[in-house]
Amino acid sequence: MDLFYLFRLKLQSIMFTRLYLHIPFCQRKCDYCSFVSMQANQHSIEDYVVTLLEEMRLVRATYGAGDGIDSIYFGGGTPSQLSPHQIARLLEQSSLLFKWKARPEITLEANPGTVDAQRLADFHAAGINRLSLGVQSFDNQLLSRLGRIHTEQQVVNTVSAARMAGFDNLGIDLIHSLPGQTLDMWRSDLARALQCETDHISIYGLTIEEGTPFALRYTEESPLLADEDLSAAMFETADTLLTAAGYEHYEIANYARHGFRSRHNSGYWKRDGYLGLGIAAHSLLRDETCDVRFSTTSDLDEYTTAINGGILPHHDTISLSREEAMAEFMYLGLRLKEGIEFREFESNFGCSPLKIYAATFDLLSRAGLLTVDKTSIKLTLRGMLLSNQVFSRFLP
Amino acid sequence: MDISRLRNFSIIAHIDHGKSTLADRLLEYTGTLSDREKQNQFLDKMDLERERGITIKAQTVRLKYRADDGKDYILNLIDTPGHVDFTYEVSRSLAACEGGLLVVDASQGVEAQTLANVYLALDINLEVFPVLNKIDLPAAEPERVIQEIEEIIGIDAHDAVLASAKEGIGTHEILEEIIKKIPPPKGDSQAPLKALLFDSWYDQYQGVIILVRLFDGILKKGDKIQLMATNSSFEALKVGVFAPVMVEVPQLTAGEVGFVIAGIKDVADAKVGDTVTLLHRQCEKPLEGFKEVQPMVFSGLYPIDTVQYEQLRDALAKLKLNDSSFSFEPETSVALGFGFRCGFLGLLHMEIIQERLEREFGLDLITTAPTVVYRVHRVTGEVLTIESANQLPELHHVDYLEEPFILAHIHVPNDFVGGVLSLCEDKRGIQREIKYLTPTRVMIIYELPLNEIVLDFYDRLKSITKGYASLDYEHLDYRRSELVRMNVMINGDIVDALSLIIHREKAYFRGRDLVAKMKELIPRQMFEVAIQAAIGNKIIARETVKAMRKDVLAKCYGGDITRKRKLLEKQKEGKKRMKNVGNVELPQEAFLAILKVD
Repeated sequence: MDLFYLFRLKLQSIMFTRLYLHIPFCQRKCDYCSFVSMQANQHSIEDYVVTLLEEMRLVRATYGAGDGIDSIYFGGGTPSQLSPHQIARLLEQSSLLFKWKARPEITLEANPGTVDAQRLADFHAAGINRLSLGVQSFDNQLLSRLGRIHTEQQVVNTVSAARMAGFDNLGIDLIHSLPGQTLDMWRSDLARALQCETDHISIYGLTIEEGTPFALRYTEESPLLADEDLSAAMFETADTLLTAAGYEHYEIANYARHGFRSRHNSGYWKRDGYLGLGIAAHSLLRDETCDVRFSTTSDLDEYTTAINGGILPHHDTISLSREEAMAEFMYLGLRLKEGIEFREFESNFGCSPLKIYAATFDLLSRAGLLTVDKTSIKLTLRGMLLSNQVFSRFLP
Repeated sequence: MDISRLRNFSIIAHIDHGKSTLADRLLEYTGTLSDREKQNQFLDKMDLERERGITIKAQTVRLKYRADDGKDYILNLIDTPGHVDFTYEVSRSLAACEGGLLVVDASQGVEAQTLANVYLALDINLEVFPVLNKIDLPAAEPERVIQEIEEIIGIDAHDAVLASAKEGIGTHEILEEIIKKIPPPKGDSQAPLKALLFDSWYDQYQGVIILVRLFDGILKKGDKIQLMATNSSFEALKVGVFAPVMVEVPQLTAGEVGFVIAGIKDVADAKVGDTVTLLHRQCEKPLEGFKEVQPMVFSGLYPIDTVQYEQLRDALAKLKLNDSSFSFEPETSVALGFGFRCGFLGLLHMEIIQERLEREFGLDLITTAPTVVYRVHRVTGEVLTIESANQLPELHHVDYLEEPFILAHIHVPNDFVGGVLSLCEDKRGIQREIKYLTPTRVMIIYELPLNEIVLDFYDRLKSITKGYASLDYEHLDYRRSELVRMNVMINGDIVDALSLIIHREKAYFRGRDLVAKMKELIPRQMFEVAIQAAIGNKIIARETVKAMRKDVLAKCYGGDITRKRKLLEKQKEGKKRMKNVGNVELPQEAFLAILKVD
């Protein structure tokens, strides 16, 4: 950790309310995935958990107990590769070291087909109260093309097993614009998703990331890849079908039944402070005077050695300027359905966004990407589809 | 120095045939270039020249050589620029010589560029003898190439020197041939000074440096000199030679080559081809052949970022210091803002200047399509010249227009004759002659409108002939022509920087191809973008760039906002390289789209 920022952040007043724990292990890495993950045996997973526990102690000593933890998120990788007992130990440790709010949201990402009813019940008993299933598609052919290890039937089974295990907050992830996927195929994926009657649905368009097997397999000209128009149609179809089924399109990529928004992810958009633990985890720490972002090394050996030596291996530490913080406030806040309340911006930065961004608001609302009223601005559906165009205009 | 021991010569060669390497060998062999000074291709100084393997500014160097006859000679190697745009400069450099080495690649044979320069040399009665270079290459065919030289150029080549500049083969023979074959200069050192100014450039410490060849008289330090064409006089502050670095000498006498520094501030006052004489003892009449060089090709240069305007102006002024053939004037475009209309000798000259501006001065520029100088005959009988479509008066004021024609010599292997002929016809050419130089090599001679050449002729010629064609041209005359102004409209607004003057018969196809190419080049935007080509009020072509539909990031992983921000920043950077015209963001290439249509 850069000492400079330590001095700037006042230890006693550092705000964070969310914890993210990165579990970088997968049975098999999916062909489109560029995130940090690796194969592991039980032994190395246990070593990692031990290091995580140690990191928690170091973090507590460095940044304090936080501001009342409202959510904890086990992401990956495949965090369901941890045993329920390991999850329980991590949660217990965190409840001892950090102040918890009453009943925080505790999410575990899990892959269908890797967890049976008993294991799910044990996770629930260990304290997990929200499950996010990486379904991606219900089409077996597309699933195998993605390099996923599960089938449609396993998804259906896992969803009902999760309900039986007591999960009353259940979400799935879907990906559209898959190679070879037509609009009809996507409609049928959405219909199958609705039949699962989950509480939360995340929807992403596939992007081909450099360095993945997909990048080698599908070049930009590949006829199998959805073009811009098809991809946009898929986004719009999801909005139409899921909204009609009673889901709220509460964020660009997320839908939820009433009361089931992801508190953890919403916190990213509202710029709540969060602490990332484990390799390649990201953090935002704030106090009254400054906002600091940093990430933990993505090298497992470096991570382990540093933590065992009592050092937090944090990289890319940046203290945001006021202009950068304002830009973030805009382009993160606009991701949410409610958009941005002018009052809230003013209370953060002491000035009205209408003054600062008048020309941008004007341009973007004339292009039909933003709606501006007396108290707030928000993205239109088209604005969500073209959100990069909107967001990049707020950069300092 | 005894005038009989002087030799002034040039090396005439096609690009890549090894002129610079040979020059290096001569410098080395005569001990002119010490190891310390050795640097590949000493004569080509600028990086750009080295990269492109061509000489832009001529250099000259004095070699001392003790010949096999036991006598010491002074050889002045006068370098020549190697491109069609600089024919006049080449002719002046050659005029400073008595002879030339014709260097021909022993595998490639004679090329059009070589021919053009050989003819320039033969026209002024230089003694030219051939050297076959790259004789060490397996593909070398000296017999065939010797025959080709004799057939095409008509000079005796049976005793051509076989050389490899790279391997140092034949260097001694070349030096001996120079002594034997090239006559010493003639001149009367008692007569009034008469010297040819054959090159000049600006040096930031010493001002303008001029290179001269003395035909008569003596030039000493302290002499008051007179430049006859510009009618200006200066004091010779330094007189010297390049050996190869600058060395001052007490005086230069008839027949010699050297430099003069005379406190000249502006290269425009030291015009290539001018005659240098003494102010108080002038020669009777100047040397023949002086011409004012005029820019032939014009284009607009605009900074993408308007804050670079001042920088661009300073950079242009700096380049102009060294290049009087290049001109610039402030110009304003509705679409592009403040910039400059720049005049060049030709396309290569234009490219070189643009590249130097971007590379040496770190500027991001938008270049508008090159245009030639048209003559407008107004109904009032008045004639004006215009160098931009936007200077064309309203049609009802115009009686007729004239455009410049050139005489093009295209040299190709016979397999490509058909393709080249149809290209020339397509470019409104008038056939003059098709000469079979050998059974396999053909010289095609066409009269062509320069306006077709400056667009994409050269690139298309190269692609039709797989790179085997070479082109050389000279200016002919102005001819009356059915020309119209074609405008391009983006979302209904005329973008002045895209307007073109074009032949009426070509307008429809050009317009259609142009908007189609622009559609490819303009990325989808928040709004639909309509691209139209129009002549007057008549729309002749239209394409639409559909509005962008989707531009959204994938999953945000574990709160990694930094990754998102970097992507957005990259996008913003990309926008900075675009020019806003109204609400539309146009990439740099869109302004040169006309050069990219097939």
